[in-house]
Amino acid sequence: MISPEFVYALMGVLLVGAAVTALRRAEDPDRRLKGLFWGAFGLSFVFGSELPDWANGAVVVLLAAIAASGRLRRSSATASARAPDRPRAATPSAARLFAPALAIPLLTFALTLTLPRIATPAGPLVEASRAAPICLGLAVLGALALALALLRPAPGEALERSGDLLDAVSWTAALPQSLAALGAVFAVSGVGDQVGRLLGGVIPPGQVFMAICAYTGGMALLTVLMGNAFAAFPVMASALGVPLLVRRLGADPAVVGSIGMLSGFCGTLLTPMAANFNLVPSALLELRDRYGVIRAQAPTAVVLFVGNTLLLYFLAFRPHG
Amino acid sequence: MLSLLGLLVVVAGFALRLNPLLTVVLAAFASGLGGGQGPVQILSEFGRAFRDGRTVSVIWVVLPVIGLLEGHGLRLRAQDLISRLRRASAGRLLLAYLALRQVTAALGLTALGGHAAMVRPLIAPMAEAAAADAGPVEIPPALREEVRAHAAAADNVGAFFGEDVFVAFGSVLLIQATLRGLGVRVDSLALSLFALPSALLAFAVHGGRLLRLDRRWRAAAGETAAS
Repeated sequence: MISPEFVYALMGVLLVGAAVTALRRAEDPDRRLKGLFWGAFGLSFVFGSELPDWANGAVVVLLAAIAASGRLRRSSATASARAPDRPRAATPSAARLFAPALAIPLLTFALTLTLPRIATPAGPLVEASRAAPICLGLAVLGALALALALLRPAPGEALERSGDLLDAVSWTAALPQSLAALGAVFAVSGVGDQVGRLLGGVIPPGQVFMAICAYTGGMALLTVLMGNAFAAFPVMASALGVPLLVRRLGADPAVVGSIGMLSGFCGTLLTPMAANFNLVPSALLELRDRYGVIRAQAPTAVVLFVGNTLLLYFLAFRPHG
Repeated sequence: MLSLLGLLVVVAGFALRLNPLLTVVLAAFASGLGGGQGPVQILSEFGRAFRDGRTVSVIWVVLPVIGLLEGHGLRLRAQDLISRLRRASAGRLLLAYLALRQVTAALGLTALGGHAAMVRPLIAPMAEAAAADAGPVEIPPALREEVRAHAAAADNVGAFFGEDVFVAFGSVLLIQATLRGLGVRVDSLALSLFALPSALLAFAVHGGRLLRLDRRWRAAAGETAAS
């Protein structure tokens, strides 16, 4: 049985490697703070399951404090910033470079399909519900082996380069996980239910179009606030979708379910709370505007929201069984 | 009611452009304090949720491979590939990527794409190269930024409005399970079928925008050449 701890160990190696790379940048005045940031983050992966809960919480607080200090700016001393462009003749062929890159998604997919089907005495080799991260980790190891064979890089170069990439994205690396944790805390304190109840109280009875707008609008709004349409859906479905649209107004539940979720996705396109879709890419692509991706998506999101609301209105009340 | 305090802190934090990590921690504490919890209890709950959320950060595990490939010239080769396609322009390239991402997501291949694994190393440099090729001189940095942002946007729109069409995906299964918990049975096939009109609308809307942007980008690159 391969457990997710295997992938967390890989993350630990990656992050501690980034800490070491940061500490080695002699010209960087912030190197100790960066080393502490990546080191703490990395250890939380390796030892997270053994540490008491408050210790994991303390790690996040530490990461946030370091991030807020503003000292995690990208260093000009990273290898990619210093290295001159390799002459074209010395650059490996496209095939050698694309093969490991494409190997990642292809291997992940292949492994996700096969590993959960392999039975061992202790159960499936990989549990289907935990398959995705484990298969990604294995695929990365495979792609790395391929890259090492095709490119013959210097030892430690892969870890050093990933350390430089992490230096570029800096604290956003911890943002998706922190937001997911916040979402869980919100869910426990019933934040979503309260918003759902507030919205439910605003609709005059019998008004079909208003009910639909409240439902799709509520999905989008709650997704914007929680950063996650999957978290918003159960709340809106129980507050409005099922009791009002399906039961009282007789809407087709498949339409209510499907288009409701898609209205939530319109919200995902607009919110910084969906960090892995909106803030991480702007850090990865080194955009000057942190909200650049959201800006690019916003017109599409608004038009699709209106479109989805209308689609729901026209499709939900067709005669159905 | 007071636990909504956390939501307020989140909104205020982002509006005031505080560091988002700091905003998250403050919001967690506000939410807990509003709900009458003590600081140690909040720290523990938040810590447990953080520990349980480690799966979310696993996307970073691709960085050593991507870093290595970039260090050995991946971007250069990606740009070479684009220069060889005569009809390639940034907008049309991103339109093709939108279609590819949406169709593969609808077939369940959501792993084929993504910001760390595909947009940064391949799609964004290709789109930038296509935009730059439209004119003989350097394109302005603002244009470069916009093209890159749209590479990420195409990935998101394609993934979101393709994955609900896939019958066995988490999204469809979650909707079905949630509704079942509320006493309503839906057929997963019906769920995926009703995702189709939205998927087509998404492609039409975002694709149309990309084509219009393409014209503006090519004109901007041409203008830079003329000035």
